[in-house]
Amino acid sequence: MGRVATDLAYLATIVAFIFALKFLSHPSTARRGNWIGAVGMLIAIGITFAQKQIDSVWEILLGMAIGGAFGAVAARKVKMTAMPQMVALFNGVGGGAAALISLAEFHNLAPDPGRLHGDISVSIILSALIGSVSFAGSMVAFAKLQELIQGRPIVYAGQQVVNALLLGAILAAGIAIVAGAERQWLIVALIGGALLFGVLFVLPIGGADMPVVISLLNAFTGLAAAATGFELENNVLIVSGMLVGASGTLLTLLMGRAMNRSLANVLFGAFGQIVAGPAAAADTNGGAVRSASADDVAVMLAYAQKVVVVPGYGMAVAQAQHDVRQLADLLEARGVEVSYAIHPVAGRMPGHMNVLLAEANVPYPQLKEMRDANPEFPRTDVALVIGANDVVNPDARSNAGSPIYGMPILNVDESQTVVVLKRSMNPGFAGIDNPLFLNPKTVMLFGDAKDSVAKLIAGVKAL
Amino acid sequence: MSHSLLLVFEVTILVLAVALGFEVISKVPTLLHTPLMSGTNAIHGIVIVGAMLVAGLGHKDTLTTVVGLVAVVLASANVVGGFVVTDRMLEMFKRRDPPREDDGSGRN
Repeated sequence: MGRVATDLAYLATIVAFIFALKFLSHPSTARRGNWIGAVGMLIAIGITFAQKQIDSVWEILLGMAIGGAFGAVAARKVKMTAMPQMVALFNGVGGGAAALISLAEFHNLAPDPGRLHGDISVSIILSALIGSVSFAGSMVAFAKLQELIQGRPIVYAGQQVVNALLLGAILAAGIAIVAGAERQWLIVALIGGALLFGVLFVLPIGGADMPVVISLLNAFTGLAAAATGFELENNVLIVSGMLVGASGTLLTLLMGRAMNRSLANVLFGAFGQIVAGPAAAADTNGGAVRSASADDVAVMLAYAQKVVVVPGYGMAVAQAQHDVRQLADLLEARGVEVSYAIHPVAGRMPGHMNVLLAEANVPYPQLKEMRDANPEFPRTDVALVIGANDVVNPDARSNAGSPIYGMPILNVDESQTVVVLKRSMNPGFAGIDNPLFLNPKTVMLFGDAKDSVAKLIAGVKAL
Repeated sequence: MSHSLLLVFEVTILVLAVALGFEVISKVPTLLHTPLMSGTNAIHGIVIVGAMLVAGLGHKDTLTTVVGLVAVVLASANVVGGFVVTDRMLEMFKRRDPPREDDGSGRN
């Protein structure tokens, strides 16, 4: 296949990707958009195989079968609640691929003096650096969300200094390579340093901020892909990578805005500094918390006029969405008006709750976004908070010293009664106290969300 | 085309891609943030083309081929996993989207 025909086919891929992004931005066309993107990808892969210089075709096909099978099985088997870490995992391997491409290109070109143009070595270093950071950072994000390592920020003294020194050393290695020190160990050291930096960069960020971090690393992988396009002088890589780099950056900013926090605050912010031990937080709260039995709460719900369910990550980890819907159905059968208030960043990712509740067949019109839900709370008899914490923390409204001060929240404390389903008094993912639990209107129902909801169902049925 | 002319051309399309990337998703509702992130995640799987080129183009030694093939494996997982996860997320929405047409019918 000639260069012109190949580039034209790549252009078709680029057009498909643009339409994919456009369609993915609208609810009615989103699924089609994803398919258009997949077709664009197939065109690009097919046309790359058709280039007559390509050899090792069988090896490449075998590699695709292995990677593709892993991707397909992992993506199909994963529970809906674990989607965020799946996105992190697939993002990470993409970044890893970009870094390996740079390593191979460097190995290929460096031995012949003069073949490594300045701009090519800059691209190689950028994609090696960004791809490695994205790979390692995504793996840490995956481990945090999968609870392989603790979700709360991991901090130590002098962290920022260590990170800055490491980044400086990596950049120095990069500059040395561009300046002509085309040694293989330098690029290997650069990749190793970038991997370490990726780990250190994400460790101090709390699990609650992982969506923003994954979105940022997603944009990083796009940039790394664009840089490999410069190495290989390939337009489809440059344009597609940069489309993701730009739209991913915008998406990251939109997510940050939904939490009313700047990106700098998420990445280097106060969250890491303010963490108190969970035990200490429980002590200070201990006395004033009212806890209730499931039967008490069942009565409250059954005789309410209007109940608003506020789901959070606790519902997701407990896989309680189906039970929640069953409870809502029971209440509706008794004439109670039930709706769901969805905070834009409830759960681990924007839209996380919508996906879960849709899975449980909750009627779409019952899902209320924050701006529609908040005016309803003063007319609400019971706000049923299921495993949500930071998104209902009144400190965000009133306590200027709180790390989440200024974040828009769901004003559940304006309703008659607040019932909080929670595993324990441990602070939420952000690791901060929540005065809502001390509010005299609030009763706590401790336990796993799924168990608690099941008990509520039994309680309502028994009435 | 001389090397520097090619570079300028490449930078030009890069800049246009930045503008387009910002523009094309600027009106996305919060509801679709996660699927959109997942969709863009699949699209950067395009590095598979780079991995294929590195693994498959001649004039190289075993190390290049092996590293290139590992990149092919990783990129394939990115591509397939990315599109499948996104489709699964969007499948959830499709049932009642647009809501009015499907409301109360009880069909899945």
